[in-house]
Amino acid sequence: MADKSTLQYTAEHEWVLVDGDVATVGITAYAADKLGDVVFVDLPDVGVSVVGGKVVGEIESTKSVGELFAPVDGEVVESNQAVVDAPELVNTDPFGDGWLIKVRFESLPALMTFAEYSTLVGE
Amino acid sequence: MTEERYSPLHQKHLDAGASFTDFAGWMMPVRYSSDLAEHHAVRTAAGLFDLSHMGEILVLGPEASDALDYALAGKLSAIAIGQAKYSLLLARDGGIVDDLVVYRTGEDRYLVVANASNRAVVAAELLDRCSPFECEVQDESDDIALIAVQGPRALEILLEVPTLRIDNLADLRYYWSRPGTYGGHSVLVARTGYTGEDGFELYIAPEAASDLWDAIVETGAGSGLELAGLASRDTLRLEAGMPLYGHELGLTTFPVQAGLGRVVALKKEGDFVGRSAVEAGPPEGARVLVGLRAAGKRAGRADYPLFDSADVAASEIGIVTSGALSPTLGHPIAMAYVDPAFTAADTEIFIDVRGTRVPASVTALPFYKREAN
Repeated sequence: MADKSTLQYTAEHEWVLVDGDVATVGITAYAADKLGDVVFVDLPDVGVSVVGGKVVGEIESTKSVGELFAPVDGEVVESNQAVVDAPELVNTDPFGDGWLIKVRFESLPALMTFAEYSTLVGE
Repeated sequence: MTEERYSPLHQKHLDAGASFTDFAGWMMPVRYSSDLAEHHAVRTAAGLFDLSHMGEILVLGPEASDALDYALAGKLSAIAIGQAKYSLLLARDGGIVDDLVVYRTGEDRYLVVANASNRAVVAAELLDRCSPFECEVQDESDDIALIAVQGPRALEILLEVPTLRIDNLADLRYYWSRPGTYGGHSVLVARTGYTGEDGFELYIAPEAASDLWDAIVETGAGSGLELAGLASRDTLRLEAGMPLYGHELGLTTFPVQAGLGRVVALKKEGDFVGRSAVEAGPPEGARVLVGLRAAGKRAGRADYPLFDSADVAASEIGIVTSGALSPTLGHPIAMAYVDPAFTAADTEIFIDVRGTRVPASVTALPFYKREAN
């Protein structure tokens, strides 16, 4: 599980772990709690080009549907099949095994720090 | 808007780490930890629900029976003392103002339980409709807490709750109620619910509710009882094919469209509010409530449109009113209103799930029925 304090965040309640030119993306525990039990995850295929801020997937709970936004422009290099097969990973380990996609990017937009995101969600 | 309202059990929910949702102005627990786990607990063991937001309105007096026969769609004068009946409060034009459970608790005494969102309108309508009769209408909602214990192990748990005394609880029949006591407090115990399981609803004074809640939690711990929030209540009632006001029922819905024609006692003597409209029936071609089931995992949800083919040019033939991936069945289920030509079982239709046409077939309600004891 990633160290939450070193991750970057978006206003769409996603976290981003940057390693070189690849961003690993997931949703925060706050977002997972708001959704409730996740029962279906729809992720983009590997090789798909994504645009920052645009919807690229869906995260459905029994009660509602959350959208997955690409936090950066780039190309999907991996999508987490484990989470497709076991969507509950989004709830049980949102910052770890519940990651969703990896995107190769050229430039990184300004994202929120852990402190900024904590302020956003009032924690 | 009025300020947020809190159940007398609110501190219990905070202590249990609940997430809350606004339900008709009430901050109620939507889930404690996992709505799926809570759902499964009710199907396999037991769940404990706080329903204190519901409205409870007393109708009492020598003409209470006549008054309710006029005010409501059912024949409430025909039920025995101790019996309960599902009923409807209709508008004059045949639309549904609310769906209700009515408990006859005495010869001249009824307890009408309304949806939280409709409490005020039901109280006002009952007051108005009952005014020509010799009876009183009292909104007791603020003085009554409601706790439900639902699931196959609900009975064995309630039988063991210390100082909860109800005569022959095991013999209480479905849709009957019986007065009892908890400690020094009166409690009305009813074998009713909204989950499709065996279970009980307990009406008690707010000041005694927390103690009763704790006692049930403690007693049920060894039987797999879980605290259950409104999210699981919604998926449970959906599987059981039970309508939810504001989704399957509303002011523009005639009872017959919702499959509730049997709830309207057209044979009862005398007039009742909505009678002439219901006798005339809904307009030709009015949509009808059906069940839908689909393969895969993508559920149709409230307000998603239905089409007669996957073709983008297909015509809209209905709309989903409630839907979810069924926790018990493992596939998507939905309730929907469709044009009359599409109501036959196994009719193939398509749900527009956010731009994707997902095939579904019409199926009889309920989706889930518990095995007989």
